[in-house]
Amino acid sequence: MNNIPNMKPTSINISSQSSTEHSQSYREAFLLVFKRDLTIAFRHKDDILNPLLFFIIVITLFPLGIGPESNTLARIAPGIIWVAALLSTLLSLDRLFKSDHADGSLEQMLLSPHPLFLIVLAKIIAHWCLTGLPLIFVAPLLAILLNLNENSYLALMLTLLIGTPVLSFLGAIGVALTVGIKKGGVLLSLLVLPLYIPVLIFATSAIDTAAMNLPYSGQLAIIAALFIGSLTLSPFAVSAALKVSTN
Amino acid sequence: MWKWLHPYANPEVSYHFTGKLIPWFSKLTFVLLTIGIIWALLFVPADYQQGNSFRIFYLHVPAAMLSMGIYVGMAIAALSSLVWQIKLADASAAAMAPVGAVMTAIALFTGAAWGRPTWGTWWIWDARLTSELILLFLYLGVIALHNAFEDKTLAGKAAGILSLVGVVNIPIIKYSVEWWNTLHQGSTVSKLGAPSMSSEMYWPFLVCLLGFVCFISWVICIRFRNEVLARNAMRPWVRDYVKNVEVR
Repeated sequence: MNNIPNMKPTSINISSQSSTEHSQSYREAFLLVFKRDLTIAFRHKDDILNPLLFFIIVITLFPLGIGPESNTLARIAPGIIWVAALLSTLLSLDRLFKSDHADGSLEQMLLSPHPLFLIVLAKIIAHWCLTGLPLIFVAPLLAILLNLNENSYLALMLTLLIGTPVLSFLGAIGVALTVGIKKGGVLLSLLVLPLYIPVLIFATSAIDTAAMNLPYSGQLAIIAALFIGSLTLSPFAVSAALKVSTN
Repeated sequence: MWKWLHPYANPEVSYHFTGKLIPWFSKLTFVLLTIGIIWALLFVPADYQQGNSFRIFYLHVPAAMLSMGIYVGMAIAALSSLVWQIKLADASAAAMAPVGAVMTAIALFTGAAWGRPTWGTWWIWDARLTSELILLFLYLGVIALHNAFEDKTLAGKAAGILSLVGVVNIPIIKYSVEWWNTLHQGSTVSKLGAPSMSSEMYWPFLVCLLGFVCFISWVICIRFRNEVLARNAMRPWVRDYVKNVEVR
């Protein structure tokens, strides 16, 4: 089976196995979808690397465009890093449902006896592990390039850690709505970016506050609230949207 | 109440019902807006701080209130279409979205024109202005989603989900002036019963607001009728109706 590099593992198993015996627990179903998405992604490494490269390149463009003055760069670094994170998440969102929709495995998931909430949740978390998590590892390096204030490194990491899942959860709603449309790319950004604005505002404000050595727990709490809210509510919206899009 | 509402779920009945409403709304709009605007521009005393520039208040506030009101209406229509599968609710949500977007744009532009003399700047990244701008983007997203689908039923459902997600923004706009103490002034008229402005300024505002409400109802009725016709184009009653219109 490994001889065929692009083969998708276990995509059909989800429905056929469980509909025959009903033996899978929710946890197993969750892990199955989660592992499946990770496996597929690791067989198409470009899908993980390209958004990350995009993130790095966009950030390196700013010092070239604005000029290498370290004070200016330090002032705008939080905003640049966060805007780049938004855009690269947006680019990577496409692979969340699109290929599954194209080969029909998405419909199989909708037909599976397990709650769609669980499957959607697993897919989104897998997506975040592949796109959000790498950003957090690269971000400190880019912060050095942008001469970010030393006090704000922890704030940058924390906001990215809590904030990027929100991006994945909210973005999933947009992808689910546009998955059936042929030219959904531009439309997706139009739908999703306005929803990202609150995360951007509070994340950059937390980093700025940290640079001035002031407590920034308030902004973090708001981002955490956004995280919890989107974690619990967005899978419902995504499920409903997927049912509309696959029709 | 359901018995009373029930016949209006039929497209034909509600088409003719809104057709009867349109002349009333159009007349009321002309009367109320003429009275309200002339009263507001010529007879209301100038504000003791802002002088004459405050008169744009009579356009700005109704537009801003309705931009949020239409969004809530659209979200309620979307919810009832998703939950109870009422097809006409989809049509009304599609009719409301562009009207709401225009109201939001009017609120933003009149706000900018008002901000120039009073704050000394056209635009500032204040909480209320930003959240109102997000509202405009949400409207545009809903409209774009409506246009992206060939199938109107699917388009209605997809746009409905998006508009329900966007409802989060409405309380943020409403309370932004209380949560963040920024440049935009607090509300003066939304307190029921005791407005924090003098009554000679308040009454023309009420007339203007009612005029705006009639105006949007008028436009929404026209758009709603078009949506109903387009969605039911294959139905016999639409064919009969269109034929009769041509003969006249």
